[in-house]
Amino acid sequence: MLRRLSVNQPKEFSFSKTNLKWAKAQLKKYPKGRQASAVIPLLWKAQEQEGWVSKPAIEFVANFLDMPEIRVLEVATFYFMFHLKPTGSKAHFQVCGTTPCMLRGSESLIDVCKARINGKQNSLSADGSMSWEEVECLGGCANAPLVQIGSDYFEDLDKESFEKLISDIEIDEPPIPGSRIGRFSSEPLNMTKKYSRKKSSRENASIERYRG
Amino acid sequence: MLTKKVKINETVHDFDENLTIIQACELSGIQIPRFCYHERLSIAGNCRMCLVEVVGGPPKPTASCAMQLKDLRPGPNGEPPQVLTNSEMVENARKGVMEFLLINHPLDCPICDQGGECDLQDQAMSFGLGESRYTEDKRTVEDYDLGPLVATHMTRCISCTRCVRFTTEVAGIDQMGQTGRGEDSEIVTYLSHTLDSELQGNIIDLCPVGALTSKPYAFTARPWELQKTDTIDVMDGIGCNIRVDSKGNRVMRITPRENHLVNEEWISDKSRFVWDGVRVQRLDTPLKKVEGNFMPTSWEDALSIASKRMENGNTTFVAGDLVNVEALYTASKLSEHLGSAKILGDLDTTCPLKGRSFYVGNGKIEDLDHSKNIFLLGTNPRKEASVVNARIRKAWINGADVYRLGIQENLTYDVKELGVSLFDLQIFFDKMGSKKSFWTNTIFLVGYSFLSSKVAGTALNTIRAYVERFDLKFLVLHQNASAVGSLDLGFEANVKVKQELFKETKTIYNLGCDTLEVDQGNFVIYQGSHGDRGAGSADLILPSACYLEEDGIFVNTEGRMQYARKAIQPPGEAKENWKILRALAEKLGYVPNWLDLNGLRNALFDELPLISKPGEIIEVPWKAVEKQKKLSSKIPLPGYVKNYYLSNSICRASKTMGSLARARNSLNLKKAS
Amino acid sequence: MLKEKDKIFPNIYGFQDRSLKGVMSRGGWVDTKAIIARGPDNIIKTIQESGLRGRGGAGFPTGLKWSFMPKSADKPKYLVINADESEPGTCKDREILRHEPHSLLEGCLLAGIAMGCSAAYIYIRGEYVREREQLEVAIAEAYGKGFIGKNACKTGIAFDVYSHHGAGAYICGEETALLESLEGKKGMPRMKPPFPAGSGLYGCPTTVNNVESIAVVPTILKRGSSWFSGLGRKNNHGTKLFTVSGHVNNPCVVEEEMSISLRDLIDKHCGGVTGGWDNLKAVIPGGASVPLIPKSVCDDAIMDFDWLKEQRSGLGTAAVIVMDQSTDIIKAIWRLSKFYKHESCGQCTPCREGTGWMMRIMERLVKGHATVDEIDMLIEITKQVEGHTICALGDAAAWPIQGLIRHFRGEVEDRIMTYSSKKAIQAAE
Repeated sequence: MLRRLSVNQPKEFSFSKTNLKWAKAQLKKYPKGRQASAVIPLLWKAQEQEGWVSKPAIEFVANFLDMPEIRVLEVATFYFMFHLKPTGSKAHFQVCGTTPCMLRGSESLIDVCKARINGKQNSLSADGSMSWEEVECLGGCANAPLVQIGSDYFEDLDKESFEKLISDIEIDEPPIPGSRIGRFSSEPLNMTKKYSRKKSSRENASIERYRG
Repeated sequence: MLTKKVKINETVHDFDENLTIIQACELSGIQIPRFCYHERLSIAGNCRMCLVEVVGGPPKPTASCAMQLKDLRPGPNGEPPQVLTNSEMVENARKGVMEFLLINHPLDCPICDQGGECDLQDQAMSFGLGESRYTEDKRTVEDYDLGPLVATHMTRCISCTRCVRFTTEVAGIDQMGQTGRGEDSEIVTYLSHTLDSELQGNIIDLCPVGALTSKPYAFTARPWELQKTDTIDVMDGIGCNIRVDSKGNRVMRITPRENHLVNEEWISDKSRFVWDGVRVQRLDTPLKKVEGNFMPTSWEDALSIASKRMENGNTTFVAGDLVNVEALYTASKLSEHLGSAKILGDLDTTCPLKGRSFYVGNGKIEDLDHSKNIFLLGTNPRKEASVVNARIRKAWINGADVYRLGIQENLTYDVKELGVSLFDLQIFFDKMGSKKSFWTNTIFLVGYSFLSSKVAGTALNTIRAYVERFDLKFLVLHQNASAVGSLDLGFEANVKVKQELFKETKTIYNLGCDTLEVDQGNFVIYQGSHGDRGAGSADLILPSACYLEEDGIFVNTEGRMQYARKAIQPPGEAKENWKILRALAEKLGYVPNWLDLNGLRNALFDELPLISKPGEIIEVPWKAVEKQKKLSSKIPLPGYVKNYYLSNSICRASKTMGSLARARNSLNLKKAS
Repeated sequence: MLKEKDKIFPNIYGFQDRSLKGVMSRGGWVDTKAIIARGPDNIIKTIQESGLRGRGGAGFPTGLKWSFMPKSADKPKYLVINADESEPGTCKDREILRHEPHSLLEGCLLAGIAMGCSAAYIYIRGEYVREREQLEVAIAEAYGKGFIGKNACKTGIAFDVYSHHGAGAYICGEETALLESLEGKKGMPRMKPPFPAGSGLYGCPTTVNNVESIAVVPTILKRGSSWFSGLGRKNNHGTKLFTVSGHVNNPCVVEEEMSISLRDLIDKHCGGVTGGWDNLKAVIPGGASVPLIPKSVCDDAIMDFDWLKEQRSGLGTAAVIVMDQSTDIIKAIWRLSKFYKHESCGQCTPCREGTGWMMRIMERLVKGHATVDEIDMLIEITKQVEGHTICALGDAAAWPIQGLIRHFRGEVEDRIMTYSSKKAIQAAE
């Protein structure tokens, strides 16, 4: 897929106060003069702040890290998690389509996306609230098929549960991430049935993070 | 240097173990096909064309450009490692890589300017399959605008990244890169900005396919119909080695020749693209001024007018910036005969330049490669000697420190500023002067801004004293191709002497100097190739050949003598410079005992053995420093402002240079705002 | 089945108490200082004796890899943890990162000190946001308790652990591409030599290890090398996290003994193949990069490095992708070709151009829109990509196709015949 910057660009970008503080702290992870190492985390933070990576954001990061702009552009276009144009305001569905998910029905999820969001991936829905794309292996194959929205995985999906997921987001009812069939994490389903959630951990660690 | 025995195919050789396989093969006379590999760029290893078989190594071929001999393991009984360059594995791998390179490469060779000198074409013939098995759709890629010099046809690009590496590493501009990934990756400049470099034309030569081609040369010729002449460039004082390609009597393009001692294999954009200036604004017939207007006249008439004027004495010969040594020598002999003065027009200094120990120095361009400290004193090498600037950058990348006094502009590398005045330099010397260890492998580059300081003589002596004390190098960076030759022949550069001379002068014989300001009272004879400033203020014009139109000697800034060769005929009535002067000399009663160029050169070499060895620098005895004074001048070094792209009469005639000058101006305006 | 007491990751699913207290109650960060006191040589020797082979796919002996690190200290040395888990079919490291992060951190410290490293960077794939957050909590806990930091475990040794992340590039799982990415560049693999042990991160000696390889280290050092080497077949020792996905009743991540039979793995942990063992068609035993094995091979398959290698496949990351009889196997492999085309970094010619070409031919083979000759041509193309690239992604893209043609050529040919006869009939009508 060609990776180019969006034609429509905002005028400027700068980190929010919190993010700026965070970015400065990031630099401490790397030896002196190696601040370029932080380019991916910083671009990612810019994307978290704005929803996508704009040209001013690239230039801001380049300036912040004392890197040539072209090197930051190379990074932004090389790594596919960087959205180079705006995505759905409520959700951007990243549907894993690689073989393990395909074997367990990811194609039907893509059909749902086409029908309910937009026939073309990386394009906004009519109201601009949603967009979707088919991504490569998300690394949740034991809970296939799965979809990533923002930072969270929604696992063990099928057509029905995915339809419901979209509907929940449409009516602003944020769905809880994780398995749609009640699994705790990646244990075999029959083990889930034996496990009591009241014991020590109610949810797996990913969802715990989601709950903050 | 540790040597290592390596068997290449069936022959065992001794090599420096730090060589790569591809270099070792080359040394033993075996050519390895390659696209991304280039001797003077970092190793990318991405094209995979140079794969060879290492016997006993992994069961797959190895990229010969990246594998050093020291990493090859000996055989089981300690035999030297063996490399095969023609085994089945190698041939098969080459076929495969060739096929992959071609599947998405357009079949537009008939309309491609690279045709006939295309690495892809040549290697497809030698190593390819011979037929295509690819039936899918081919990829197309969008072009982008790189400015007036380099045309892009990115569908042809094979992503070897030579251009990216050249611009980043050699030219020092971080503007090109490869965005995206996989088969959709693209070579681009940041948001299609044009390149801000004086060396960008080199990416045309580096591009192994027709993705980057020359805009001014576009669709004008095929390489096989071009007459090739090896000669010397005169756009600056470096004496870059070039090849001039001409068709009929027109120069179609200029490309660099390799000379590690001088220009490695780069040339500046000015050297490369100035050729359209050779075709226009030419003086092609003798002209005399009649009632304020130039009127064509015959050579016979023009020469008699000139000789009549000069017979009366009080003639001063002025050497310009593009004159070859033969013309300077003839003029010099004539001036001796007439008892008249000879001055260098394009250098004004208060320095007494009494020999090469002063106006050339003891340094060479290649010394930069091994320098630990490089001092730029009153020079902007990026503008004055772009190719040398790339070499300084190379030294800087390899760890050299660059110090600078004076002109403060971006040179594409970090510099340590010493200040702007000679006093600032004195402060530095006072601080570091006694630290012997600091000074090892130091070279001073002295520019015209330094030499034109009011106290340049004292300042140069200080530098020379350090050179003497610590056994260092210094090199004067001359801006003009004829400077060292003129100085060797005794043309005067001292500004005070010149002023005195002009008081007495009635007739000025101007050999192509376009910066000369003359009083109304003088009669000016202009001998030159272009109708520029110098011709405009003349009373009589003698049209002559330019540097591509006659054989001639140029002495570069290091004192290296090199031959320029005639590539095309001068236009119209224009004659070779030395011939005009010889004809004039005869009219003035001086008949040299030589008739032709060979005779002239023999006489010249007898008189000036210093420049008698082509391509070489003949070392001269060092003239010891006589007295040394502290530098106290706090006046900033004078600027030596020249519009880079419009620095001589040929550039000023060139449309390409004009558009570059405009582009640079608007870029500077953008940066300023 | 692996006994509960032999499990290295008792809380892999996160059921149990995940607080540091819980971790320590299960043996985490216990005796760490004493193990460090045994000295670097002893640690490396123990790991070598345990027979631990790298869990990232190549199966290179971990202890041997550590021994390549130079002893001199003129430059800082780094340990880099490859948590860029992206091999299709694999999600084992995710469970370690989110549910057993302290075993990884303790492993970092022990391995790092053994190799004289000053710091460890954990490079996590960008998509694992929550997992990274969880790891960062664990890192903070470990710093808080002084397990790592200026005076790690009160040994007087300074050792830092940093988390770092990518942003969606499979190629960054290749160790040198990962280092490039960690330096803030595109993840384009470097040429070797120089190997990372000589010149790795920031040009300094570096060892890159998989998450699981490092996370098992504390337990091996605590329980002894002979305990670890007592598990599994010769040369294939210890326990292993398997990911089973695809057509099984209960897909899961599970820790099992190395060299478990495939059938046991699937039947005992995953509730069997959907529709029963006889409904099995083929299995990709080690993640997308290894060639598939058909049911006939699966029947006796032993899940370890050497056995699968003998079958011209591989254990890889022990990611078992199960495909039952309902699978369109050509399409399943085409989807992997699409994956490799998408993930090719574009640096070197055979992979940049070849992955796209192979995918396009595969695309036609899925429909049958090809000639039988093109099957051989496809094989030739895979052979031209294989072994001709800078990194192993080229090989990885070639092998699944080679496996398909090797075992299911008949099916591919049938598809072509069906398509062409259908076309012929359409043309006749």
